[in-house]
Amino acid sequence: MKNKYYKFSIVVFFIFTFLIFYYGLKQKNFYTPENISIKTLPNLFLKDFYTNNETSFNDILIDSNYYLINIWASWCLPCREEHPYLLKLKKNSSIKIIGINYKDKKDNALKFLDKFENPYFTILNDRNGTASIEIGAYGVPESLILNKEKKIIKKIIGPIDNKKFNEIKKLLKNEN
Amino acid sequence: MILNYIGNFALLFCLIISLVIFITSISSLNNKYFLLKKNLNELLFFKFFFALLSFFSLIVLFINSEFSNETVLNNSHISKPLFYKISGTWGNHEGSLLLWLLILTFFAFFYFLKSKNRPTDERLLTIMFQEVIILGFLFFLLKASNPFNIIYPVPKEGLGLNPILQDPLLAIHPPVLYLGYVTTSIVFSSSLAGLIKGNINNLWAKDIRKWVFISWTFLTLGILLGSIWAYYELGWGGFWFWDPVENISLMPWLSLTALVHCVLVLEKRSILHSWTVILSIITFTLGICGTFLVRSGILNSVHTFANDPERGLYILFFLFFLIFLSVLIYFIYEDKFELNNKNLNVYTKETSIILNNWFVMYFLSVILIGTVYPIFLEVISNEKISVGPPFFNKLIIPFLIPFLIFMSVGPNLKWIKNDNFSNKIKLIIIFILSIVSSILVSKFFGNTTLNITILLAACFYLFFTTIKDFMKKNFKNYAQTISHFGFSLLVLSILMNSIFSKEITSNMRVGDEIKFTDKIIKLQKLENTTESNFLKLIAYFKIVEKNKIDLVLEPEIRIYDKPETITSEAAIKTDIFKDRFIVVNLVKENEYLNVRYQEKPFMLWIWISAILISLGGVINIFKNNEKQIL
Amino acid sequence: MKIKLILSIIFLFFTFFNSSISDELELENKINKNLRCLICQGQSIYDSQSDFAESMKLVVKQKIDAGMSEEEIYSFFKMQYGEWILYDPQFNTKNFALWLLPIVIFLVGGIIIIAKFGVLKKR
Repeated sequence: MKNKYYKFSIVVFFIFTFLIFYYGLKQKNFYTPENISIKTLPNLFLKDFYTNNETSFNDILIDSNYYLINIWASWCLPCREEHPYLLKLKKNSSIKIIGINYKDKKDNALKFLDKFENPYFTILNDRNGTASIEIGAYGVPESLILNKEKKIIKKIIGPIDNKKFNEIKKLLKNEN
Repeated sequence: MILNYIGNFALLFCLIISLVIFITSISSLNNKYFLLKKNLNELLFFKFFFALLSFFSLIVLFINSEFSNETVLNNSHISKPLFYKISGTWGNHEGSLLLWLLILTFFAFFYFLKSKNRPTDERLLTIMFQEVIILGFLFFLLKASNPFNIIYPVPKEGLGLNPILQDPLLAIHPPVLYLGYVTTSIVFSSSLAGLIKGNINNLWAKDIRKWVFISWTFLTLGILLGSIWAYYELGWGGFWFWDPVENISLMPWLSLTALVHCVLVLEKRSILHSWTVILSIITFTLGICGTFLVRSGILNSVHTFANDPERGLYILFFLFFLIFLSVLIYFIYEDKFELNNKNLNVYTKETSIILNNWFVMYFLSVILIGTVYPIFLEVISNEKISVGPPFFNKLIIPFLIPFLIFMSVGPNLKWIKNDNFSNKIKLIIIFILSIVSSILVSKFFGNTTLNITILLAACFYLFFTTIKDFMKKNFKNYAQTISHFGFSLLVLSILMNSIFSKEITSNMRVGDEIKFTDKIIKLQKLENTTESNFLKLIAYFKIVEKNKIDLVLEPEIRIYDKPETITSEAAIKTDIFKDRFIVVNLVKENEYLNVRYQEKPFMLWIWISAILISLGGVINIFKNNEKQIL
Repeated sequence: MKIKLILSIIFLFFTFFNSSISDELELENKINKNLRCLICQGQSIYDSQSDFAESMKLVVKQKIDAGMSEEEIYSFFKMQYGEWILYDPQFNTKNFALWLLPIVIFLVGGIIIIAKFGVLKKR
């Protein structure tokens, strides 16, 4: 009798392992921290892209219902894809777009803005990439949407595409 | 073009012959008159021949850069050096599987040739199980990863081989590793066959021991080659990252290490029959399980493999087919084991070997659980975690201390009878000596903690006792002592290396200097050159010690175009007692280079000790069977 | 008795092996080796050369300079990127099996050996 239990449990164990591996195959194996987001933004002190004066998020995140913080760089190709959507969003008065220029050269960044137009209300410098990490980003492009109380309500990893753009528009309508 | 067809048809022939062998070996079992002993030999040879033909066709396709072949297209290009065109044959998924198959068919043939002293029905059963494995691989090759898929229209240029794989060590690393893995399949099949026929006894142990040692030696060397490669190509001075792919190669090695010891006990004492069989099954299935985990892409690792869930699914089914097959056979024939529950004496060789097995299985379980736990957790609770070096270090290192002590005392004990400790005094003196030397080492270099001192003492203990064993009168057992000595040296060098490594990281422009302990490191100049398949940026560093130039190091950055990749080539100066290691790295949108300089003591000894460990295995393979071991 | 002894030895080992670190640079390296890179997902940020890893190393340095402890830095990154980022899984409700299973296997192995062979029995 005892023998039977032990045989049975070994078979069950292997079937269980098989099922785990079977379903494990269907999971994607590249980790993205989408579900985790810090709810409040730390008040970082950063240099302004044009004037090089030190400012902080508290100084900039004022007078708007929504804020979009967009991390971009001139060398980043997906940033070019999402650029038209940012320009469209610029026309929406209820959201303020703040750019964080990630590990870029000023000349190249200026050329980029010249060529594709500037969607940003303010641009902040992140020369060594540390600010992006402080706000929980992990690459370019990445966008955070904040509400009036400066709470993060949405995080977009990778470029904004049509689908994500519609999600943002919906978000802005709903909350209004 | 024609070679694609030759390769493909050779594989089909292989499949047909394999089926024929499978059927004949089954029918020969029931009807001894049907036995095709001689023909079987020929059939096994032809199967090997066709696998070889298929493999050669792929090599020639690679050499000629025939991009009509999908595998060649994806993994080669015209300007690649000839050497890497050849080694590229097994540097990819399809080719490496073909190599597996080739080695499998070879060893099936070789086993049949070399096992004439075993009972015929056991040999036939072994071949039958071998055919099951070969058929599994053949179906997989033909269905899900055919190396001879034809592309039309024929592209002009291939996509190239990942440059970090373009390395001489990596060209021989996979074949050596596969030789190790594949020979475990012989042990697996033979133990199942022996189990069915009730042949698991001391004679079986004696015959299978050679195979166990062959596979253990190849696996040891394979892992060594892999970590040397990781040391100079991959990392920033590390040689073992506890990365899933590395763990996967270590797991079968550990269970083989247990098996190597356990087979001896079976031979000498006729105990542990069932455990030997279980270990043989575990070893082989762990190898296949590793293939599954790596090739399916279920885990992510530094070591890039083209992964494909569909292939993963196939290997998964194959893996569990083998597991359930062996579990079933084990349950059915379990009562055929000779039952002798002998009570063992405490101070005997067999007890210490059982303790060795106990600890080795613990190490194995740490690595296995650490590697697959994230998969279990994700499927069950959808949470993702990482299990890395700190976990393995914390769970393994403390247990290494008693393990090392058992390992030093064990070989000094006798079989069967309690040792009355004829050399007790010697062992105690050595024990005191090793504690003293470990304290001295810690004091001399400072900055070490108590736990490290204890671990060092245990290492020294094994180190000194093995040296003592070498000097014993009428000493026969070189193989075991060399391996144990190698192991003590390995742990010792790894330990010293991790304690006394020093490093500095800095951003440098041309002309910059940094101070490092009593040296000055200066970046003198940068130079660009163009090689056949990459651009090369060489940085010239001068290491100045006591105002005279001590060393010039020239690390490189290579920019490959096919596929577009940037790699850093470290510059390493290896001396007897330390390696000096420098690596540079481009920093985005900046003119300076990121430089890391390291001084790593005893690196050379890590490699030497691994070679010594496998040397023990080599001696055991070639040692005359009749002579006493241990 | 024996099991109690083994357990207490194990416990002793684990308390021993929480080595302390003196040097600030060493601390930095230790933390870097314990953080997993999000770009090259098989490597720690110490081993990785990606942009992300380089910036993250800088952040670690800044945090150490700001006087944050090792644990505080880990919990900061854990909050930002999830538990995945830590190579050293914490001992909590979902990971206890990871830490305890090997030990349980070790103990069960010991019990089997004693039961089968009476190795440690006094005779």
